[in-house]
Amino acid sequence: MAGPTTTTPAGGVLESLSNDLAGAVERAGQSVVAIHARRRIPASGIHWRPGTIVAAHHTIQRDEEITISLADGSSVAATLAGRDPTTDLAVLKVDEAKVPVASFADASGARVGALVLALGRPGTAVTASMGVVSAVGGEWRTWHGGTIDRFVRLDISIYDGFSGGPLIDAGGRVLGLNTSGLSRGAALSIPITTVNRVVDQLLASGRVSRGYLGLGMQAVRLPAALVERLSLPNDIGLMIVSAEPGGPGDSAGVLIGDILTAIGTTPVADPSELLALLGGDRVGKTIEAKLIRAGEPKSVTITVGERPQQARGSRRGR
Amino acid sequence: MTSGLHVDPLGRELADVAAVLRRSTVEVRTRGTGVGSGIVWDTTGTIVTNAHVARTDHATVVLSDGRELAGVVTARDPRRDLALITVDVAGTPLPAAIVGHPTDLRTGDLVLALGNPLGITGALAMGIVHVVERRRGAPRWIRADIRLAPGNSGGPLADVRGRVIGVNTLIANGLGVAVPATTVLRFLADASHSRRGTGYRAA
Repeated sequence: MAGPTTTTPAGGVLESLSNDLAGAVERAGQSVVAIHARRRIPASGIHWRPGTIVAAHHTIQRDEEITISLADGSSVAATLAGRDPTTDLAVLKVDEAKVPVASFADASGARVGALVLALGRPGTAVTASMGVVSAVGGEWRTWHGGTIDRFVRLDISIYDGFSGGPLIDAGGRVLGLNTSGLSRGAALSIPITTVNRVVDQLLASGRVSRGYLGLGMQAVRLPAALVERLSLPNDIGLMIVSAEPGGPGDSAGVLIGDILTAIGTTPVADPSELLALLGGDRVGKTIEAKLIRAGEPKSVTITVGERPQQARGSRRGR
Repeated sequence: MTSGLHVDPLGRELADVAAVLRRSTVEVRTRGTGVGSGIVWDTTGTIVTNAHVARTDHATVVLSDGRELAGVVTARDPRRDLALITVDVAGTPLPAAIVGHPTDLRTGDLVLALGNPLGITGALAMGIVHVVERRRGAPRWIRADIRLAPGNSGGPLADVRGRVIGVNTLIANGLGVAVPATTVLRFLADASHSRRGTGYRAA
């Protein structure tokens, strides 16, 4: 073992992969912006359509006096067009952004095992982390009741600026918008189709409307004798544990302690099953809530309200 | 017999570059601070490591072939967190690292780290450049999306061809933070100047 070491030869697959990744970051990074809408570290966003920036709702902590720093070093004022806490998305408008809009991958989206990069701009420079798509599933409902077209989980490290930044492939094409705010801090990516749907709604009306009952509930197991006597569809019901005074449920006469078993003829054994029945199209319409009160069946007609808009993002999350 | 690793060009190249880096990475042992890593900077006995690894005036340097050499800490710069250990090579040239160009680094470039994390000798890690923090255009810190652990300190962060671009120095918010090789060159220049001019000694 003597003398200076030599490097490995140039032009190998490792070097070409490295160049591809850096090239992808450089290209896609042009449409990644920094959003100054919280204390300390700016949040990331994507120049999605000309003049339209998409970000993660939970990172946008104020609704006014928002500025955006672009890849070319310039700063522009932005206005909040709307936010949808249920999908953790926020949409901002700028008058003019002299940076390109994102270039998107085709609709087939991310596949398990795909080598991916998560970009961010938590300051002046673009940042990148590398990982793989670890799981892909079908449509799913978030804890807050939003619908995400595909479940895309990443094996990737989450650093400052992760949420609101794009997930890109090695060609620099955007596969989705990343967030750690939808599932207990897990690295998830929201597919392009979902972002487009929410952007359309927020640009049109400033909000994504959702049905609302003003009731808090928890799943409980019902005694077998009760299930048999009342011929219930399953042995789990949703016990009402809170009712907003004057809310749709309260106004219809729902009481704390009632157990909800079905809406119309559809059994509900999980709050997510109930949320699935409360889309924006149900607002103002009536639903038939099948309850058990003091061991006896009871039916209550509730006029579905509209879910109040959550004011701003939380302080948690990157 | 051909193993799967050597059929796959990516795996073969990674194994080659790991071997290149491992030859120039040393273990640095000092009384009190435990085990860190170091980089063979030239063939004549210059070892670069972190100041927080070489806290004492003397250190034992273990080469990748297992040879143990007694080293003297001849310069320390706690601000840059760099230290210079000089070993007596007894006429046998050391396998020096090739120094790369951190100025050319781009976000997204693949990087490799070699070191002794948690006492595991000669362990390789791979990641990418997260961001290069610059001041007046010059790299100040290299932040890498790479999994490092205590014991990587003082070891090389290298490009895909095995050229050393930085010294792994700390882990901040999960990111590996390296002092760029350009800073090491300035540190070595300052150290040699001080030693000639003012009788610099380890502080």
